[in-house]
Amino acid sequence: MNPILTVAAKEFRDDFRNRWTIALTILFALLALGIAWFGSAAAGRVGFTSFDATLASLTTLGAFVIPLIGLLIAYGSIVGERDDGTLLLMLSYPLSRGQLVAGKFLGHCSALAAATLAGFGLAVAIMQWMQPPEQTMQAWLQIGRFILSASLLGACFVGLACLISVQTTDKSRAAGLALVGWLVSVVLFDLALLALLVVSGGNPVERAVYPYLLLFNPVDVFRLVNLTALGDGAGNDLLTGMTAHHVYPPALLYALLLGWAVAPFAWAMLAFRRKEI
Amino acid sequence: MNHPIECHALAKRYGDLAALDGISAVVPRGQVIGLLGHNGAGKSTLIKLILGLIAPSGGRLEVLGQSPWRAHALRRRIGYLPESATFYGNLTGRELLDYLARLKQAPGAQIATLLDRVGLAHAADRRIGTYSKGMRQRLGLAQALLGSPDLVLLDEPTTGLDPQATRELYRIVGELRADGRCVLVSSHLLAELEPHIDGALILRQGKLLAAGSLHALGEQAALPAQVLLRTREQAMPELLARLETGGLSAQPRPDGRLELQVPRASKLRMLRELLADPAIVDLDVREPTLAQLYDWLGAGPPSTAEVAA
Repeated sequence: MNPILTVAAKEFRDDFRNRWTIALTILFALLALGIAWFGSAAAGRVGFTSFDATLASLTTLGAFVIPLIGLLIAYGSIVGERDDGTLLLMLSYPLSRGQLVAGKFLGHCSALAAATLAGFGLAVAIMQWMQPPEQTMQAWLQIGRFILSASLLGACFVGLACLISVQTTDKSRAAGLALVGWLVSVVLFDLALLALLVVSGGNPVERAVYPYLLLFNPVDVFRLVNLTALGDGAGNDLLTGMTAHHVYPPALLYALLLGWAVAPFAWAMLAFRRKEI
Repeated sequence: MNHPIECHALAKRYGDLAALDGISAVVPRGQVIGLLGHNGAGKSTLIKLILGLIAPSGGRLEVLGQSPWRAHALRRRIGYLPESATFYGNLTGRELLDYLARLKQAPGAQIATLLDRVGLAHAADRRIGTYSKGMRQRLGLAQALLGSPDLVLLDEPTTGLDPQATRELYRIVGELRADGRCVLVSSHLLAELEPHIDGALILRQGKLLAAGSLHALGEQAALPAQVLLRTREQAMPELLARLETGGLSAQPRPDGRLELQVPRASKLRMLRELLADPAIVDLDVREPTLAQLYDWLGAGPPSTAEVAA
């Protein structure tokens, strides 16, 4: 077997064995069911109701949780092996440094994607069983889109975690950087955009730039993929406010997510090649 | 290609620091060679160069006939046991070997044989996290032998091993030698290593202090042999005087024996004379040890002044 796949298979197994990924799967399933069941509680009724609203809530939630999990499962990829003294052993085997990083990236991404698929798949299956909604092709497409984009979002942060892992010399520093990365992309980036929006007032030129600024953050691209496809009122305010008159081709959004996943990973591979061991 | 490892004027610098400086040596096939030196002498750097994990700054290095730098496929023919080996604690011994065998494209059938060979068959399905240090070291040896490598690098292999496990390890090293493989063992435990190696590479502050077979190194150093004598009661003062007339000074030891330093050149003649002496009831000859040779070469750690320089 190709060494990349060998390493990936080990990381995949480890992620499930360490129970992180199983916990994540259960969390996804519970959250999805909880949101679906209690989503309309404010309107005075419980039960599986609006599919769009459920997906919108899941998107908001996924945008917080998935990056965090991606960073947590992968930040120790290389620096952890260095700390544990296994890095030298691994590198004494017939695989290149690039192959080692690629295997780790692939393994963690697959584990995250499997958790997403299993968690949400389980939730959807339970929803179907409890109260079959009107079956539409649209609903299935939306679920598929959500799982695919969530997996790609996970890959973006696994890639970032790999980069952090290659560039740091101890695990605690890597963990700190991973949390900073999460905070910046999930919270601070949007806050900064919001602040800019408020400060600039109604300047039409600047307003025209914002929708493009969103594309610089994979978390926002993930939201765009899912929310802009939903019906009115389901999206969040920042996005609908900024992108009211803007249509992004879905292919562009997926390509961007893929790009945001590949860029930090490719950087990590190159940086690791040049590192003194 | 003649030898598994050949280097000529090999150098490795980290900025201003010369970790290795002009090393020229060969390591022959079918031999066990000790890689000796104090901490920081350059042993680990040499091992990393041989594994192709770092690039030489100068000179030439050939391992199994090719330059090892980034030659990934070459590592299929090299086994390596890192110093104080740690492995993935969440895997079992068998799972670890299975994973590493896949990476090395070694036949999976070897795994059970190797586990048995290092005495870990009973613990093969236990998590490595529960292994003792000695068991981890033995697992490390097993992984180093995956794929029947032509060259085996063992870095402090007996750390944490009890005497019996140490003997087992050197028995396996002996089998590798008999099988025509080349084994490079880095160790601080000179007395333990000595009976098991054919030759040594001795490094000091990045320079090669000595290289060759133990016999040749011993000849070169011409260190005296040590002779211990037990005499008849009352005969010692007279014997001491006699030895002194013969130009030999003997020191009494706390155990009641006399200790003589006998020059290599006159060893046999002296021994014949001593054996014929009726005052002597027992005699013990000790050849210079690797540790004495090491001291004679001045291979100990550098002084503070040297480090500052």
